[in-house]
Amino acid sequence: MSETPHEAPGERFLRRSPALQRLLTRPELGSLAGALAVFCCFALAADGFLRASSLGTVLYAASTIGIMAVPVALLMIGGEFDLSAGVMVTSSALLSSMFSYQLTANVWVGVGVSLLVTLAVGAFNGLVLARTGLPSFIVTLGTFLMLTGLNLGLTKLISGTVSTRTVADMEGFDSARALFASTLTLGGVQIKVTVLWWLALTALGSWILLRTRAGNWIFAVGGNENAARAVGVPVTATRTALYMGVALGAWICGQHLLFSYDVVQSGEGVGNELIYIIAAVIGGCLITGGHGSAVGAAVGALLFGMTSKGIVYAEWNPDWFKFFLGAMLLLATLLNTWVRRRAEATK
Amino acid sequence: MARFSTWVGIAVAGALGLSLAGCSGTGGKRAEDARAAAAARGTAAVDTPRWTFAMITHAGDGDTFWDIVQNGARQAAAKDNIRFLYSHDDEAQQQAQLVDAAIDKKVDGIIVTLAKPDALKASLARAREAGIPVVTVNSGSAESKRFGALTHIGQDETIAGEAVGEELNARGREKALCVLHEQGNVGHEQRCDGVAKTFDGTLVRLHVNGTSMPDVQSAIEARLQSDAGVDAVVTLGAPYADTAAKAREGAGSDAEIDTFDLNAKVAAGLKDGSLGFAVDQQPHLQGYEAVDLLWLYRYNADVLGGGRPVLTGPQIITEDDAAALAAYAQRGTR
Repeated sequence: MSETPHEAPGERFLRRSPALQRLLTRPELGSLAGALAVFCCFALAADGFLRASSLGTVLYAASTIGIMAVPVALLMIGGEFDLSAGVMVTSSALLSSMFSYQLTANVWVGVGVSLLVTLAVGAFNGLVLARTGLPSFIVTLGTFLMLTGLNLGLTKLISGTVSTRTVADMEGFDSARALFASTLTLGGVQIKVTVLWWLALTALGSWILLRTRAGNWIFAVGGNENAARAVGVPVTATRTALYMGVALGAWICGQHLLFSYDVVQSGEGVGNELIYIIAAVIGGCLITGGHGSAVGAAVGALLFGMTSKGIVYAEWNPDWFKFFLGAMLLLATLLNTWVRRRAEATK
Repeated sequence: MARFSTWVGIAVAGALGLSLAGCSGTGGKRAEDARAAAAARGTAAVDTPRWTFAMITHAGDGDTFWDIVQNGARQAAAKDNIRFLYSHDDEAQQQAQLVDAAIDKKVDGIIVTLAKPDALKASLARAREAGIPVVTVNSGSAESKRFGALTHIGQDETIAGEAVGEELNARGREKALCVLHEQGNVGHEQRCDGVAKTFDGTLVRLHVNGTSMPDVQSAIEARLQSDAGVDAVVTLGAPYADTAAKAREGAGSDAEIDTFDLNAKVAAGLKDGSLGFAVDQQPHLQGYEAVDLLWLYRYNADVLGGGRPVLTGPQIITEDDAAALAAYAQRGTR
C-alpha cells in the first residue's frame, strides 16, 4: 500500500514557501478547479440547475456521499481502503430498525445499539488488518461480502421479507427524524439536515488532520508505516480509529436512510463504497496514502452530486453518466498529480 | 507509444477490411434501418402544447425490459407532442433524488415506479404540492393511490404468479424451481409466492446472482443435477430463460423452462418448443399508457381505472401465440 516515501508529516505546514506554491500544493486544488468547471458547465447547459430548489437537491445528493467520503478520505490518507463502507450503511440502518421493532423499544435504543455494533464492525476491520497483516483490500472485501450476506439473511430471517417493517409509528421516531432526516428552509432553499452533518464532518476531519497530533499520525502511517512505527506512532490504534471513523459515517448515513424512508431495503448499498473512494480520489487523496484532505473529499462529493443531478437537469442521456464519471475521475487525478509534481519541482 | 498506435492502425484497418469483405445478405443493421425507414416517421397527432413528462424508474443499467417500456413511452410521446425525459437508478435514495430533480425542473407530469415505495413517499408528496400529476407504473399498485397518484398501470405480481401456478398444474408438473435473480426484490418474492399459492406440486426457490449469467447457469445446472425430480424451471426475467435452457442441456435434464416476461429470444424459444410458456405483462403498454394517461389528464382531466390499478397482465403466451409476437419482440416492442 505505502511504498512511496513522502515528506515527513507536518513539514508541509511548517515549510516557509511562497503563498502561490503553498496554494498549488494543497491537495484540494484540483477538485476545486474541477468543481467550478462542472458548476459553470451545468449552469450554462442545464435549464433549472440554478433554481433554489435544484440547489437543495444537488446539495442533498452531495451530502449523502460526502458524509462517507470524508472519513473514507482520512482512512485513505492513512494508507488503507474500506470496501465494506457501502453495505455498512445499509447494515446500520437495518440493525437500528429491526432492533427497535422486534423489542418494541423506543427507536433511540435501536439507534444506540446500531452505533455500537457499527463501530464494532469498524474496529473489527482495523484489528483483523493489524493481526493478519493482510492488505486492507482483502480484509474489507471479506467484511463487505459478509455484511451483504448478513443484511439479506438476517432481514429475511427476522422480518420474513427483504425489507424491514415500518418504525414510523414508534416512540422516539419524530425526534430521531428531526436529527437525521429533517429539512430546514434557509432563504428559500430547502436544505436537508444531512448537509449540516456533511459540513460538520468535513470541519471535524480537517481539524483532526491539520491541527492535532492524531492528524500527524494519520499522515505518518499513510506515508511510511515503518518510519512511523520507529518514531513511536501508534500505528494499529490509528488505523483502527480510522476504520471506526468510517463506521461512524456509515452509522449517520444509515440512520438518515432509516428515518427518511422508515423502511430499509436489505439489498442496497452495494457498489457505493467505490463512489466514496472516487470522491476522495477526485478530492486529491493518493491511492497509496500519505496525501489528501477532508475538504478535498467534500468537494469531490459535491462534484459527484453536481454531475449526477446535473445530467438530469441538462436532460442528457443518463446512459452516459458512468462514462462522464470515469473521465472526470481520470482528469481530476491527472490534474492533481501534475499540480503536485510542478509544486514539488519548484522547491 | 508508436508501437501502440501502429497496432491500433492495424486493428482498425483489419476491422474495416473484414466488414467490407463479409457483407451479410440477411438481417443485421441494414435490415433494421430498412424496417425503421418503412415505419412511418412518428409525428404528433394532436395540437396540444408541448408538455414535458419525466419518467423515473428503478431499473439498473442496460435492462432490456425497461428498454421496451421506454419504447412504448416514446411512441406515445411522439404521438401526443410530449417532450419525454427518462432517468433511472436502482438505489432507492438515488431514485428519490431523480424524482426531486424532475420536480425542480417543473415538468408537467411524472411517471414513476414504486419498487421501493417508502423511499419515494416524500418525493411524491412534493410533486403533489407542486401540482404535478403522477402516474405510477409497473410496481407499487398497493401504494399508488395512497401516495396521491392518478392511476397505477402494471401487473399485480401475485396474480401473475398465480396464473403461472395454474398453468403448471394444467401441464401436469410436479416439482418446480423458482429462480430469483435479484435478492431483495419484493416483486420477485411475490411472484414466487403466487406460484406457490396455486401450484399443486412442490415449489423450490433458488437464489442466483442475476448480474452474472455464468453464475446463474451454473447454479441452475447444479440444482438440476442434484435434484432429478425437478420438471419445471420458472425464471423471473426473459433473459434468464435462455440461460436456464442452457443449464438444462448441461445437466441433461428434461425439465420444462417457463418464464416471466418476453423478449425476442423467448419468443423464438416458444416457437421452437425449447420453452414451455411465458407470462407477459406487456411492458410496451405500460410505458405507452402512462404517457397517454398523463396527456389525457392534462388535456381533458380524464382518469382511467376508477381508482383501481389498470392491469397490463398477466397474459400467458404459448407456442400458438409466439409466431405472431416474434416479429414484435424483434423490433423491441414486446
